[in-house]
Amino acid sequence: MNTITKVEHTEHHGPAAGISRWFYTTNHKDIGTLYLWFSFAMFLTGGCMALMIRAELFQPGLQLIQPDFFNQMTTMHGLIMVFGAVMPAFVGLANWMLPMMVGAPDMALPRMNNWSFWILPFAFAMMLSTLFMDGGAPNFGWTFYAPLSTTYAPPSVTYFIFAVHMMGISSIMGAINIIATILNMRAPGMTMMKLPLFVWTWLITAFLLIAVMPVLAGVVTMMLMDIHFGTSFFNAAGGGDPVLFQHVFWFFGHPEVYIMILPAFGIVSEIIPTFARKRLFGYSSMVYATSSIAFLSFIVWAHHMFTVGLPLMGELFFMYATMLIAVPTGVKVFNWVATMFRGSMTFETPMLFAIAFVVLFTIGGFSGLMLAIAPADFQYHDTYFVVAHFHYVLVPGAVFAIMAGVYYWLPKWTGHYYPETMGKVHFWCSFVGVNLTFFPMHFIGLAGMPRRIPDYALQFADFNMIASIGAFIFGFSQLIFLVLIIKTIRGGSPATSEVWDEPTGLEWTVPSPAPYHTFTTPPEVK
Amino acid sequence: MKVTRLITLLISVSSVSYARAEWALNMPRGVTEISHSVFDLHMIIFWICVAIGVVVFGVMFWSIFHHRKSRGAQAHHFHENTLVEIIWTLVPFAILIAMAIPATATLVKMYDPSDADIDIQVTGYQWKWRYQYLGEDIDFFSNTTTPLEQINNQEEKGEHYLLEVDNPLVIPAGKKVRFLITSVDVIHSWWVPDFAVKKDAIPGFINESWTNVPEPGIYRGQCTELCGKNHGFMPIVVDVRPQAEYELWVTQQKNMKAQEVALAKQSISMEELMAKGEAVYKTTCAACHQVNGEGIANVFPGLKASPIAIGDINQHIDIVLNGKTGSAMQAFREQLSAVDLAAVITYERNAWGNNTGDKVEPATIDELKVAAKQ
Amino acid sequence: MSHETYYVPAQSRWPIFASIALFLLAYGAGTLINGLKTQTGDTGLLLLLAGAFMMSLILIGWFRHVINEGMDGKFSPQADLSFRWGMSWFIFSEIMFFVAFFGALFYVRTLAVPWLGGEGEKGVSNMLWQGFEAQWPLLTTPDMEQFPGARAVIDPWHLPLINTAILISSSFTITLAHHALKAERRSAIILWHGLTVVLGVIFLFFQASEYIEAYQELGLTLESGIYGATFFILTGFHGLHVTLGTLMLIIIWIRVLKGHFTPDSHFGYEAVAWYWHFVDVVWVGLFLFVYVF
Ligand code: HEA
Ligand code: HEA
Ligand code: HEC
Ligand code: CUA
Ligand SMILES: [Cu+2]
Repeated sequence: MNTITKVEHTEHHGPAAGISRWFYTTNHKDIGTLYLWFSFAMFLTGGCMALMIRAELFQPGLQLIQPDFFNQMTTMHGLIMVFGAVMPAFVGLANWMLPMMVGAPDMALPRMNNWSFWILPFAFAMMLSTLFMDGGAPNFGWTFYAPLSTTYAPPSVTYFIFAVHMMGISSIMGAINIIATILNMRAPGMTMMKLPLFVWTWLITAFLLIAVMPVLAGVVTMMLMDIHFGTSFFNAAGGGDPVLFQHVFWFFGHPEVYIMILPAFGIVSEIIPTFARKRLFGYSSMVYATSSIAFLSFIVWAHHMFTVGLPLMGELFFMYATMLIAVPTGVKVFNWVATMFRGSMTFETPMLFAIAFVVLFTIGGFSGLMLAIAPADFQYHDTYFVVAHFHYVLVPGAVFAIMAGVYYWLPKWTGHYYPETMGKVHFWCSFVGVNLTFFPMHFIGLAGMPRRIPDYALQFADFNMIASIGAFIFGFSQLIFLVLIIKTIRGGSPATSEVWDEPTGLEWTVPSPAPYHTFTTPPEVK
Repeated sequence: MKVTRLITLLISVSSVSYARAEWALNMPRGVTEISHSVFDLHMIIFWICVAIGVVVFGVMFWSIFHHRKSRGAQAHHFHENTLVEIIWTLVPFAILIAMAIPATATLVKMYDPSDADIDIQVTGYQWKWRYQYLGEDIDFFSNTTTPLEQINNQEEKGEHYLLEVDNPLVIPAGKKVRFLITSVDVIHSWWVPDFAVKKDAIPGFINESWTNVPEPGIYRGQCTELCGKNHGFMPIVVDVRPQAEYELWVTQQKNMKAQEVALAKQSISMEELMAKGEAVYKTTCAACHQVNGEGIANVFPGLKASPIAIGDINQHIDIVLNGKTGSAMQAFREQLSAVDLAAVITYERNAWGNNTGDKVEPATIDELKVAAKQ
Repeated sequence: MSHETYYVPAQSRWPIFASIALFLLAYGAGTLINGLKTQTGDTGLLLLLAGAFMMSLILIGWFRHVINEGMDGKFSPQADLSFRWGMSWFIFSEIMFFVAFFGALFYVRTLAVPWLGGEGEKGVSNMLWQGFEAQWPLLTTPDMEQFPGARAVIDPWHLPLINTAILISSSFTITLAHHALKAERRSAIILWHGLTVVLGVIFLFFQASEYIEAYQELGLTLESGIYGATFFILTGFHGLHVTLGTLMLIIIWIRVLKGHFTPDSHFGYEAVAWYWHFVDVVWVGLFLFVYVF
């Protein structure tokens, strides 16, 4: 790269005044902030739905909500958490950090960046509005299997389809922007193998997004055609197959779950070296492991469909391929441990979240591996064991990594240290809450409780009660997080540019708070 | 401390024998050969994961304890070692191969439904199961029997709350039974944990599965694929009987069929029809059209003052008998007896202020049923 | 090393209004489609049109804005490269959109339909559809009452073959136009580019007449079962892309006429050319797997 960049900022040196700053902005930091607040709002919305689910499941019998509404809650909870909370949070972190990490003046395509964001609130407004429609919101699970989501769906499904289209457009544009930024906007000397791991994992995540979001768009389009225009993609009477839906959905859906974890791997790979005061162990094997996970994610989708009656050969192929993912993921876990080994560790809040991530994600990974064993999955499938698995990889996995990242970079963003004790209280409440909520789900799952049911047989009662209590503890702990963030934005002891003890990365070479336009002249990377 | 806590929890999962009674922590070992292999497989993988976890977390917590700054630890500077990296790629790979071998063997066994003694077609309906014994004239529906009062907490919940049905599937012990699993509406999934049989019921396709239960007994399961509103209320009960008792049951079933045919020829009083109709309505129709007949806006039409329920009686009979393709309204022609059908239609035309005064004779319905058979 | 400037535009109003337009478009489409059965889609139609109108205005304005910036020389070669990456990955996403439909086609052909017809590992399914036999193209569906099947399918060796020839030649003509642009041979650009547009329009015309034939003479419709479904979704979305591509060609032609491009700075032109090649390649796939085999 021989191009050197200098920002032309004839009109604006700082942010515009007033609300128009947020509507019209092209600044990656503003857009990052928008994404993060949006994601937090969605996390609360989806979380309240989860609490509604947990409240109903507190005891056997129907207490608070009717079965149909319960299904709507499950569906909306899954969709909102996945598409509204976790994905936008990672995009927000990418917006904030990538340009700083690669030494770029901004994202490659700043106006499109703003568009990617602003589509989201409208998409979710549309999705949430279905709750108030006659016939209710989508009630067919976040996996919306046909024909429950086609022939037997409430009319609001049409809006759901268009909302998914909008989210897809937003994600694809966001991902294109990220790839262009990483490939094209690096400062001189910032070679690919010098990129921070958060940048690498996002590069690969963005590739996954561009590869699979269009497939999701394709499958909802086929649904729309089946519902309204008489086609028979998912109807055997016309020669189609309901299982076709699942194949296309999971071709999207499995890479999607890695979209929610790869950036988390990146964040953790930034944090652990900083607080172990030691370089990341095995940088290049981390890069190769991430790429292998991405590659494998395209050939394992049918492990969600072991019970649909796949031919034996298919079943075996998908079982073996899925098991293979444990190898590169293991490499990552071992590298993190090796980074901590013989380091000089301190345990500030970001590090606590990162360590909890390593432990609890690995537990979630283990249960994933158990699910991958096809004959055993006949017992696990569609029970709370699966719910336990994916919450372990998603909540103390993805969500903890996001929180770790926020704590880690918050001083850089705001120019203030966050109150450390409060951060630790938040961590410990969350840690206890999360395990209390999701660990017992392994037991009720193995004991035979199916998922997506509003009421259950009596032998599952005790653990459900514990899980519900845990959910409320975990949920309300997030209020601490909210208060902490607002406090830190408002004030606090001023942060140095390095923030932590000699962290590596370009973002620590600029003052805290990072100036509105960071690298107006690109830094030299040696 | 975290790790010890986790380990105690993990260990308690595996202590099957003492824990099972009240605190079901682990997967049931089940009663069939297949369920035993699945259980063993489950335990093997579980212990492998525990072992790996102990090693990995062990090293991690050891460094967290010893290599902390507050204890004066100095950071070392290594950050690469090709040899260990190769080792920790290959060792997990080898472990995975070791797991894959028994898994493959079990799966191959599960996938062999040949040489079955009995074939039963299992069909999922919103929200009940239908069992048809192929080659025998046995064909019945299996509905949940948990009363609404228990579900709504107005009554003490029974022992088999949500896991009880009116007509369980009856099979003989020690025989290989093949299930042909399908559905008429959405996807359901037929699961009996004790047999380790779980197969999705896909509308328009048939999935095969099988079991061979050595021990007579009652085994319970549930539908495990989200299939709409009452997905949680779609239990499965299998009654495994010794061969002789099973044969007795088969003859009884055939006699009942004959009785039903005879009943359909008789006329019944309006009061009796209404009473019977109300009962049938509550078990069969209220799930969608609601007890008060008002339905759910935009999903299930209300029957109270609906154009069909107070309009043309033939249309009413037609939709109840034949359903409506492409909607949740099923054909009830085969599901209910002529008497029940006559009763429920009569009830719908005279309940909730639908005062048509119409009375439907079982014989009328019976004729339609017979005609449809040809 | 040269000191170049990466142009980071100041605030912009386009994105937020484009989001509003997209929302109106989507909400309108939802309401319209939901109202189809009950004839109550009027508000939907209104919203949809409002959204479409607003979106067109915004796109015109936004592109004009960017073109003017480009003409003012605001985009460095590095910015140009960002656009190139952007366009390439966008085309990749479009390819993946078609992958979903091709995947559906291969799945039903090789697995679902044979199973329903009693072949293969799940052939027992045929119990439910007695008398149904698997064949491809699927003219007789398992349930002829719900999905009445088609009398015949389009013969690949007439219109589709001609259309293949047309699209392939249009890929050549646009390349010739591109070369002419680089060599600054104005009249040659106008000629070759114009020819490309004409070929695109002829293709669309043939495609439309093929649809009319399918509906009126062959009984091949969206409702005719899985063959019709895959046929129309693949050719239909391809047709939409050709339409869009042709529009882009026309716009870019006008820009050529206005002298917007120079031999070494004409990203806009190349982007359209890439898009056109993409549409072409998809067609070859369609021709082979939808019509011929
Ligand atoms: C962030 C999201 C995320 C992640 C990272 C994963 C990771 C994995 N998942 Fe998970 N999964 C989900 C999200 C995720 N999953 C969701 C949301 C669902 C449910 C969807 C729905 O139905 O609603 C699901 C469901 C799901 C199923 C389907 C279950 C069913 O419905 O019956 C399966 C089956 O194979 C599976 C497997 C795996 C495996 C093998 C991994 C692997 O990647 C895990 C690898 C990690 C490890 C194994 C741990 C670390 C490794 C070592 C320490 C090395 C040594 C280890 C060994 C050799 C054992 N997952
Ligand atoms: C990233 C994704 C993500 C996240 C973060 C979560 C978070 C949580 N989920 Fe998640 N969940 C899914 C993804 C996720 N889930 C998916 C994909 C499904 C499958 C859906 C399907 O089956 O289709 C699912 C399904 C699912 C189920 C199964 C439902 C069923 O099968 O019927 C349950 C049940 O307990 C559950 C519980 C929870 C809980 C308690 C949390 C908690 O961690 C949430 C905690 C957060 C909050 C509670 C918000 C903050 C609260 C406050 C600030 C307090 C203020 C609140 C009040 C005043 C009320 N989830
Ligand atoms: C699984 C849900 C479900 C069950 C159970 C069900 N119905 Fe229906 N019913 C429907 C739906 C959906 C429709 C609307 C069909 C349509 O017109 O699209 C309907 C329509 C009807 C209608 C016509 C109403 C009108 O005015 O259009 C009648 C009458 C009726 N059902 C009677 C019954 C009877 C009698 C039973 C029980 C023996 C029953 N239904 C059980 C879902 C159900
Ligand atoms: Cu049937 Cu769930
Ligand atoms: Cu998966």
